[in-house]
Amino acid sequence: MLEFLSLFVLIIDATLRVSTPLILAALAGLFAERSGVFDIALEGKMLGGAFAAGAVAAATGSAWLGLGAAVLASVALAMVHAYACVTHQGNQIISGMAMNILIAGLAPTLGLAWFSLGGQTPALGDGARFRPITLPFADALADVPILGEIYSEIISGHNIFVYITLAAVPITAWFLYRSRFGLRLRAVGENPEAVDTAGINVYWMRYQALIVTGILCGVAGAYLSTGQNAAFIRNMTAGQGFIALAALIFGKWRPVPTMLACFMFAFADAVQARLQGVDLPIVGVIPVQFVDALPFVLTVVVLAGFIGKSVAPKSGGIPYVKER
Amino acid sequence: MKQLFVAAVAALGLTLAAQASAQDFSPAIVFDMGGKFDKSFNEAAFNGAERFTSETGIAYREFEITSSAQREQALRNMARRGATVVVAMGFAQATAVEKVAKEFPDVKFTIIDAVVDLPNVQSVVFKEHEGSFLVGMAAAMASKTGKVGFVGGMDIPLIRNFAAGYVEGAKFVNPDITVYQNMTGTTPAAWNNPGKGNELARSQFDRGADVVYAAAGGTGIGVYQAAKDSGKLAIGVDSNQNYLHPGTMLTSMIKRVDVAVFNAFATAKDGTWKGGTQVLGLAEDGVGYSIDEHNRSLITADMEKRLEAARADIISGKITVTGYSN
Repeated sequence: MLEFLSLFVLIIDATLRVSTPLILAALAGLFAERSGVFDIALEGKMLGGAFAAGAVAAATGSAWLGLGAAVLASVALAMVHAYACVTHQGNQIISGMAMNILIAGLAPTLGLAWFSLGGQTPALGDGARFRPITLPFADALADVPILGEIYSEIISGHNIFVYITLAAVPITAWFLYRSRFGLRLRAVGENPEAVDTAGINVYWMRYQALIVTGILCGVAGAYLSTGQNAAFIRNMTAGQGFIALAALIFGKWRPVPTMLACFMFAFADAVQARLQGVDLPIVGVIPVQFVDALPFVLTVVVLAGFIGKSVAPKSGGIPYVKER
Repeated sequence: MKQLFVAAVAALGLTLAAQASAQDFSPAIVFDMGGKFDKSFNEAAFNGAERFTSETGIAYREFEITSSAQREQALRNMARRGATVVVAMGFAQATAVEKVAKEFPDVKFTIIDAVVDLPNVQSVVFKEHEGSFLVGMAAAMASKTGKVGFVGGMDIPLIRNFAAGYVEGAKFVNPDITVYQNMTGTTPAAWNNPGKGNELARSQFDRGADVVYAAAGGTGIGVYQAAKDSGKLAIGVDSNQNYLHPGTMLTSMIKRVDVAVFNAFATAKDGTWKGGTQVLGLAEDGVGYSIDEHNRSLITADMEKRLEAARADIISGKITVTGYSN
């Protein structure tokens, strides 16, 4: 029983680590889509952020400068998207797709030109990375059964991104439902004409939303290259931006359900790593292919059976034209 | 106008002539998905090709595959542009090599890690299980918990062969040892997913493993990072990766891909290149383990003695390593 509990604790611990970039990216998508701008370039912005963080942290030896560079790069990309889709009413899906392809090629190319390591950035030393933070008393309490284990394993010992992310969810919810900005943001995604009539600049609202999207994607990217790993590696986002989009739809464009959806994906991933090659009672060893497909099977089952109707913001994907 | 045309034809003729004379010996190499700087399999090939260039002064053409559709194209391009010998890296290029080699019967093809049975194809395969056996022994001897781990890249027989040899070696030292095995995925993307590698390694450490062996291309970089961050030991693969994290890297299972590539170029140049299949194991020095200044302190004299004894026994046939496919 105790052994099972500590296995569970470790899986939850891994879930937190894996879900961090997903939650950040999903929240980024939430801001964009709630304002009425579809953004399938979460993947590209994360990758751009990961590269900027890896490159700057390697060049300066400072993880914080790397994080700053990641946010700047990602916001710049978001502004390109905004310029194309908000100012010039371009197709949001095409702009996002173009950005994903652009970054997938541009980041390794710049990396090759600057570092000559085949598109990777140099491996970072401990000083240039975000290391796990041990919370006070974590070591002292580690031996206390259950509660101590939960505190020292699950709550303590993550890097700063994990804590930022967990804080970002309630903050986002507060902004969205309790602040004036949030009210306008939701309105601009549902009915931009009404917002415009009320004298609020629709374009500026959408630009602001995309700036937030850029910041969050940049942080997610920095987590990948300077927190979880110690270098930028080609295509290291490995589809996480799209999983975040799926989580956003699962969560019906609401912060807390979106976070839970990200936890579900991450949990499936963590369980998957531990199920491979384990000889289970009755069923025996489960083939890798099946275990690998688990997160996707879960997606289909949950999407088909449990979440009910998921309705996107009404004006999502439709560029706003001020006068006709 | 007519004069211009004549000039153009003359110029074309000149370039063709120039090309023909430069085509005396022209080696080429097509890397696979990991890319030539994967610090592992492809990088070893790159080093072999570079050594050839620095020793002979003959430049080689190269191509890095970024999607599976490019393999055939890349090989055909090399052959069409007059390459004398084309080295194709990796099992995944086998079908492409088979097809292109039939189209260009005069071009020599060398494929590493797969067997293609054609007269103008030289297949070089390694006994990965023999090398993995030795690093499995090293892992078991270094492990304090009696639990070790393996992280593979894409789930294919070749990687299963690494795993099988590793398990045999670990059990040879400690019959009660637990070996955790994880594969990163079932698509070529599994060679380049350090985040997943990191998580898989941590999941094995969580269960008590204290040495992890990665045979996963670029994914391995994440595995080694996890080992360093958690204060555990890791074993590199293909290239000597000990330098990546001194003090963390217990040793590396070296596959002399660099020698195979160098030999393919060199024999093609002096005319001794032959088709057929070469199987390189411990006896041929095709695989092995590495000791250098970065891991000297981790391998004790006693460990080294047992490893050397096992190596001799495998070569003499006293120990048989069965591997996965046999």
